[in-house]
Amino acid sequence: MSEDSNIKSAPISFNDEQVMLLDTAMSFCREKSSVARVRDLLLSDSGYDAGIWQEIVALGWTGIAIPEEFGGSELGVNALVPIAETMGRFLLTTPFISTTLASQMILQGASEEQKTRWLPGICEGLIASIAITEDEGSWDLEDIRCKAIAHEDVLHLSGSKTFVFDARKADIFVVSVMYEGMPALVVLEKDQLNENALRREVIIDETRRSFRLTLDGVQVKTRNMLPAGNTISTLAHLNMLANLLLSAELAGGTAAVLNVVIEYLTTRKQFDRLIGSYQSLKHPTVEILLGLESMRSLVYHAATVWDEQQREVAVRMAKAQACEAAIFAGDRAVQFHGGFGFTYECDAQLYLRRALCSQLLFGDAAHHRKHLAPLLLS
Amino acid sequence: MQENRASLEAFKAEVVAWFEANIPEQPGFLLPESFMEVGTDQQFEFLRTWQRKVYEAGYLGMSWPEAYGGGGYPQAYQDIVTSEMARQNAPFMMNTIGLNWAGPLILHMGSEDAKNRYIKGILNADDIWCQGFSEPDHGSDLGKVQTKAVLDGNEYRVNGSKIWTSLGSYAKYMILLARTNPDTESKYAGLSFFLSPMHVPGIETRPIRKLTGEYGFTQTFFNDARIPTSCIMGNEGEGWQVAMTTLMFERGAAGGQAGGISMIDLRVDDVVELAREAKRDGAPAIEDYYVREQLVRFLIEEKANQLSRVRARIPALVSERPSAIAMSGKLRTSEFRRRLCQLAIGLQGANGARFIGDSQSADAGKWPRSYLNAFSATIGGGTSQIQANIIGERVLGLPK
Repeated sequence: MSEDSNIKSAPISFNDEQVMLLDTAMSFCREKSSVARVRDLLLSDSGYDAGIWQEIVALGWTGIAIPEEFGGSELGVNALVPIAETMGRFLLTTPFISTTLASQMILQGASEEQKTRWLPGICEGLIASIAITEDEGSWDLEDIRCKAIAHEDVLHLSGSKTFVFDARKADIFVVSVMYEGMPALVVLEKDQLNENALRREVIIDETRRSFRLTLDGVQVKTRNMLPAGNTISTLAHLNMLANLLLSAELAGGTAAVLNVVIEYLTTRKQFDRLIGSYQSLKHPTVEILLGLESMRSLVYHAATVWDEQQREVAVRMAKAQACEAAIFAGDRAVQFHGGFGFTYECDAQLYLRRALCSQLLFGDAAHHRKHLAPLLLS
Repeated sequence: MQENRASLEAFKAEVVAWFEANIPEQPGFLLPESFMEVGTDQQFEFLRTWQRKVYEAGYLGMSWPEAYGGGGYPQAYQDIVTSEMARQNAPFMMNTIGLNWAGPLILHMGSEDAKNRYIKGILNADDIWCQGFSEPDHGSDLGKVQTKAVLDGNEYRVNGSKIWTSLGSYAKYMILLARTNPDTESKYAGLSFFLSPMHVPGIETRPIRKLTGEYGFTQTFFNDARIPTSCIMGNEGEGWQVAMTTLMFERGAAGGQAGGISMIDLRVDDVVELAREAKRDGAPAIEDYYVREQLVRFLIEEKANQLSRVRARIPALVSERPSAIAMSGKLRTSEFRRRLCQLAIGLQGANGARFIGDSQSADAGKWPRSYLNAFSATIGGGTSQIQANIIGERVLGLPK
């Protein structure tokens, strides 16, 4: 942190709108997403409550970082962070993150005409998703095998995408393909998909819904392709935004699982003592707290400097810290519950399994440290 | 607001220039890295002169009241100075216990007389302060203090011993925790807190040799030492509460310190420099994947600690546990320093084994010395293990 930043712009700022959003998100998520409700939804097909999604749309959260001219409220990316954090905390699963990532890709990379075509609908509740990852599970977003070949004004797609979240309910998809030897982004609408194009994937996190999307035989007008010159910067933008929002979610989940641990340590007795009085449990619980505090500081810093040059360093630091500290927290939470922790009934597994999945999306801690090294050590 | 900002920026420019012009050259001897390491008269005089110079330039105690020798400015001015001292690697302000613990305490709850008597001497380093809390038989458990102070006319007669007295050989005053009533039900109730003179018959200090072979602490012996009743802080029997207030200042959990740095910050960037010079398998260590991974981890941790200090001042972002960041500051930063030194030593290959005084040691033996001295902060003021208990119990509400 340069000393100048103390005076000119704070390394973490949190304006009144964000304070209000955090408050609103806390009361909303607390009310809508009790752990019992989360567990009910684990068994459901869609994984979320359509009524709650409608309320989220009505609150304006799907347009919060979209300019007013396209129907949003233009509060910027840093307004997304308190919402994502709180959703992570209460495991409130809706297509909010998928939709936001897709809409921000469109905002970043689409032509004015395309933005006008899709963004107002998203602000009003269209569900969107991104189809970026492929069979190799690579975190290199430019490593693409799917293809688009143009015949006159129609693109013929082929190949398959994986980890397409919320795909069953999605109205539109932002898909990465190779086109004339270069990465390109195409927006698909759901009626352009073939029957049986979607196949549910079984993933470690049961709060999410992940799908394999087969593109073979899909045809879409070339006017659905984003301008070629924007592809690389849009993928980079997605990479940063996804990591920021995942880090915020992980911070929320860690805060929640810490409270699960504290609750157990202050009520469970063994050998006639509350187990929280044992230092072998107390000290690692403090370590969870310290990991959480660091994570939140890095996350809110990354949100603050989102539009500045430090963005990449800040986001990668946040994700590296978030992955490691969230997994430590979930891992210890299971262990500290003893035999109960080994059961499906113990809530610790919900947070651990979500964190395990989140760390593997868009790069884990070691991956981000590797990419930080040249930025910090050159 | 805008005006205020502009004048802060102008002030910052002035401060940058002053320190650039006035930071003394490195003397021909190794300087200590914190107020707990002042082991020779040479080091002491050098640092006292420097503190006095900073104070006389108006850059210390800036937010303290003018009436007692402070500057009467808003805290933001002192913060600029303190940051700049750290940034320019200036020597630290040696009278730390006075500046950051005793001084704020006296301003917080002392009498008018005490403020007039003590504050200016703290700032200009005329009067060095030390702390008499820990005792040989119980370091971190202050409730067990055994040193006795017995009321005798208008004096207290003090007997017992204190240990780990930083600056003990140089101090004129001690903040002293002693037992005035041995018969109370609670061990905390019988304690009282004194601003005790050191230069009275019956008080002796004996230097303690540290694990590095250097000096910096003393053991202090009280043998029928007589101190005036007027030097008590608070009432008799309230010593525990006063000591806890002092510890709030010590741990940085309460504002009001005179400012200035009290130790030389070790920065990850310094270790990055070391990694550029060191070799691993015939190539610069900084190209080694494992070394890079370690350095990046430390850079993230350092950044997070800096940012947490900023976030702690934003109520909406610390609402769940408002004291967590402040209460964990010592634990986080002292352990960070210790581990960073370990990394630095390891980078030097076999040469990491060279110690202070060896002509070929990197940075004059700074890293192994800093590593061993880093324990003073992981142990002093409550060991890291006790800190973890305190955070677990007071911040997280875990049972004792």
